[in-house]
Amino acid sequence: MEHIRTPKVEQVKLQDRFSNKSITGTLYLTATHLIFVESNSTSAQEIWILHHHIASVEKLSLTTTGCPLVIQCRNFRVVHFVVPRERDCHDVYSSLLRLLRPVSYEELYAFSYNPKQNDEQREEGWQLIDLAAEFERMGVPCDQWQLTDVNREYKVCETYPRDLYVPITASKPIIVGSSKFRSKGRFPVLTYFYQEKKAAVCRCSQPLSGFSARCLEDEHMLQAISRANHNSRFVYVMDTRPKLNALANRAAGKGYENEDNYSNIRFQFVGIENIHVMRASLQKLLEVVGTRALSMTDYLQGLENSGWLRHIKAVVDAAIFLAKAVTVEGASVLVHCSDGWDRTAQVCSLGALLMDPYYRTIKGFMVLIEKDWISFGHKFADRCDQLDGDSKEVSPVFTQFLECVWQLTEQFPQAFEFSEWFLIQIHEHVHSCQFGNFLGNNQRQREELQIKERTYSLWAHLLSEKQNYLNPLYNPILAETNPVLEPSTQPCFFKFWRNMYHQFDRSMHPRQSILKHILTLTENNRELEKTAQTLKAKLQKLGVSTSPLGLYTPSRERALPPRPQSLILGAPLSRKEAQQDEEEEEAVFGEEAREDEPPGSDGERTVEGSSATENGYPELQGTFESKSEPAIVSLEFGVARMTC
Amino acid sequence: MEFSEHIKTANVEDVILRQPFRPSIKGTLCVTGHHLLFSDREEDSSWQLLLLLRNIDAIEKRITGSSGTITIKCKDLCVLHLDIPGMEQCLNIASSIEALSSFENIPEMYPFFHRPQDLSLEDTWGLSSTEEDFTHMQELYDRWRLSLVNSDFSICPSYPSAVIVPRSVDDETLVKAARFRQGGRFPVLCYYHSKNGMVIMRSSQPMTGANRKRCREDELLLQAVIDGSELGYIVDTRSSQQAQQARMTGGGFESKSCYSHWKRLHRHLERGKVLQESLIKLVEACGDQSHSMDRWLSKLENSKWLSHVHCTLSTAGLVAECVERDGHSVLVHGSDGTDTTLLVTTLAQLIVDPQSRTLRGFLRLLEKEWIQAGHPFQQRCAHSAYSHARLKQESPVFLLLLDCVWQLSRQFPLALEFNEMLLLRLAQEAYASDFGTFLCNCEQERCALGVKEKTHCLFQFLLRPSEREQFLNPLYEHTDLAIWPCVQPQSLHLWSGFFLRWTEHAQNMEEARQEIWTIVNQYREKAGVEETSQALSKHCEPLSVVENLMEELTVL
Repeated sequence: MEHIRTPKVEQVKLQDRFSNKSITGTLYLTATHLIFVESNSTSAQEIWILHHHIASVEKLSLTTTGCPLVIQCRNFRVVHFVVPRERDCHDVYSSLLRLLRPVSYEELYAFSYNPKQNDEQREEGWQLIDLAAEFERMGVPCDQWQLTDVNREYKVCETYPRDLYVPITASKPIIVGSSKFRSKGRFPVLTYFYQEKKAAVCRCSQPLSGFSARCLEDEHMLQAISRANHNSRFVYVMDTRPKLNALANRAAGKGYENEDNYSNIRFQFVGIENIHVMRASLQKLLEVVGTRALSMTDYLQGLENSGWLRHIKAVVDAAIFLAKAVTVEGASVLVHCSDGWDRTAQVCSLGALLMDPYYRTIKGFMVLIEKDWISFGHKFADRCDQLDGDSKEVSPVFTQFLECVWQLTEQFPQAFEFSEWFLIQIHEHVHSCQFGNFLGNNQRQREELQIKERTYSLWAHLLSEKQNYLNPLYNPILAETNPVLEPSTQPCFFKFWRNMYHQFDRSMHPRQSILKHILTLTENNRELEKTAQTLKAKLQKLGVSTSPLGLYTPSRERALPPRPQSLILGAPLSRKEAQQDEEEEEAVFGEEAREDEPPGSDGERTVEGSSATENGYPELQGTFESKSEPAIVSLEFGVARMTC
Repeated sequence: MEFSEHIKTANVEDVILRQPFRPSIKGTLCVTGHHLLFSDREEDSSWQLLLLLRNIDAIEKRITGSSGTITIKCKDLCVLHLDIPGMEQCLNIASSIEALSSFENIPEMYPFFHRPQDLSLEDTWGLSSTEEDFTHMQELYDRWRLSLVNSDFSICPSYPSAVIVPRSVDDETLVKAARFRQGGRFPVLCYYHSKNGMVIMRSSQPMTGANRKRCREDELLLQAVIDGSELGYIVDTRSSQQAQQARMTGGGFESKSCYSHWKRLHRHLERGKVLQESLIKLVEACGDQSHSMDRWLSKLENSKWLSHVHCTLSTAGLVAECVERDGHSVLVHGSDGTDTTLLVTTLAQLIVDPQSRTLRGFLRLLEKEWIQAGHPFQQRCAHSAYSHARLKQESPVFLLLLDCVWQLSRQFPLALEFNEMLLLRLAQEAYASDFGTFLCNCEQERCALGVKEKTHCLFQFLLRPSEREQFLNPLYEHTDLAIWPCVQPQSLHLWSGFFLRWTEHAQNMEEARQEIWTIVNQYREKAGVEETSQALSKHCEPLSVVENLMEELTVL
């Protein structure tokens, strides 16, 4: 609290970034949030921004109306405030600068967040995902793969989990030898087992081969992996880096496997760029789509120049290669990049998602993230900038993974149990630091922080709201006939994910949402079925025979189940906003209308002249707005309201 | 002319057909006057391909040894391959297809021969007419009237026989105003906004020419539209520079001094050849097999198709805004008034008029704004994206309309009663059809050729109970509000249903669509059950009193 100089500033303007619209309200600064409350008393709009979500704060030069403050968030919200007094603006600015750069984990929100659960509930939450059970589901341990205790004390590899699965023929000396030959000690271990063909997906980091170094234990390790699979005489080694990068690494004593030294391997470069390229690419993308009055030409050229979709496609292409090698050829695959925690995590998890329908369910997807990202040590703290650290370590690697999954859900609308809303929520909380799951860089660190004792699990929270994340079109029967997804790699199937990158930009969204509508229908279906059944039972008890009574016309008056308030679920949230929408659009066309008119002649076309009430969206609002309490955590508010 | 002259080889056996979504099959190929027929030889399966020759946009032949392959590229973007044994036969078939598919003589086209058993030529042709519409619009009567000045198509050959004009303007004035407008297309009413009495008019450009000619009658006519007092907008679908240039060739625009109560807004929309080339480039990009993301995005951008969608929707939004929000009447025109003008007026109506968002309403809108208002379908849809023929008057304006309607349906999935299937069907029928609806360039030609007597009407056909179902949007909910599309480039998409229709992906989407239907139907059924149960629970209430009594008795 000592960092907050001015807890409240009045008469602050919030400007829409794509139109000239602005609303006036009060800005509050709390220990965890920046809150903006619209002054209009009837239906005040509120915006809650968690400090952890803020990526940057920028103070622009003073204007006649005040001092502009631009805040960019990691969940792609961009807010533009104008504070009337420069002094207030500076206070808010400097307080935020300090608040959004926590220096120790203890300062993170997760350690103060309390959803009013007791210890038992909290523990249960942490037990929801059990990786040992997951390996058992895959059929491991088995006659070829075993659990090794070599890393029980994190002695062989600090960034790996305690429990690791290796080929039965890989003895401890081999493992230890191999780990010494691999960057950061990340030796080859099992991450997915394709039972049908007994083929394994393994992961590791790059070998310390330099120009000519060899390691017999490492060679034995790969041989052991190869021997564990009788279906194929060779193992694919996928180096997910571009060849040039791998070559450059050789000069630093690292590099890639020499096919001459390793018997029975097939080596393959995939060409996914490194974290720095990805960071720059996203930056460019956001600049392009953040442009006001963007033309179609600039949009498409910008999309191309940012390279973002090219990178997304590269990851998906690699995953398809992996899935094909395993499911079609029945070959085992070893995947690595440099350290084996960024691109390797992307490719392994996405490949498994293509192969195994289980990972396309809500629970399975959590397991997948827990396994390939959290336990195998994707550096969430560094990549998501949880603590004030090296900005060169920040990179949207996990965001890319979520986007790849979204691209697949677009190609296979019936293959996933969850909707994009689920992906967006996960993204939200990876950055919110509200739950313990993603804190720190690896399991060892999480144990030191006593995450499970001191914080809550996101998975329990998401599962408790499961009905909000369901994909109503999900059809598990399709997965029985075609368990392996074969996505098209044609570039025209990769699209810009508007609902992620423009999540908070009101003017960007369709006014009606199929997803929400169908979800409501399916829920109503279930409810109706229940009512019908109880009544039938009651009747039977009373000995009355059922007879059909009259025909029915569907009524829309029924109370709808609670929905999170979000733009991506379509429809304005309140009448006030409905009107605002209207006016924004007015502004869009209105501006254009005036463009080639001589100045001064535009007086006749007044924005005020149109009656927004008349053509507001009352019906849409009536139909979609849920009268019930909003879900505790909603995008609109960023985080739980009750904690403040 | 005899079709048989062109058919050198009518039948070929053992032809292999390769097409999207199906395994290749062996069968017999047969060429008739209007169709390409293919049927497999299996006795039990009666699978056939019946392809309208008119649908063929381009064919390519490749001879290897003694056999050949013909690649058929259709106007609906489907591509088929036929492996034909025998070089001579292959060449014969190819030349027959080439000759027969490029027939331009309208009375010999298939709609004049299409005689299905369940349709009768006596059936009503068309959904409605201006006269009929007018009789139902009483609110128009004190300011507007029906004029039959064009009943013999002499004033304006591309207009229908009846038009709606301001009541205060007599036919003589109309005749004079028509002379001042290109092709005689004087300003007529196309939409009346009953909420505020404002209207959308359309016309062609005024023939002011280089020496700024005036026409008193034309000015009077427009003055009568806005009733003297207020202000009206003229949305010119050309840039102001283009409008200036048009004066050199006798055309022009309404100058401020002569039309003081009208304010001109220029919105440049591409038309003609530029649009056709855009389509060709886009289709080429969609077929690109290089799998490179950069290449795809640059080709997509280079085609400019989405830019055209963007401009069209924003212009339509502007017109709708003038009428609905600003409360002013609008006159829309470009140069000819038969292409971009119709595009804009149609979309504007779709945005503000809930009537036009029903299945029937939309088809009627198309009939009124495109068929009867004289969009030259015969010229514009002669060829599609694959044709190697030299471009003449081809331009995919109608396709652009359907694309824009699809964008609306994406943004408002509950607002339109019809679905994407209808748009796809219309896209196909406009280029090659069994029906007479899209034949000819205007009503005059249709009358001269007896289209309405000798062919069947597509719109009537689509509305038959047996057909109708497949074109309905299961999620439709009527709304009286205007549907304002978002025109940011991030919210506009490639119409994959059309441009990527023949890819694997399309099938997943089809399955998802089916699923939505199932859910909605379940809901409807169960909601029926609920009504029942509500009634039942009412019955239960008195019974439970009895039940309680019984229980008490047992206790006692």
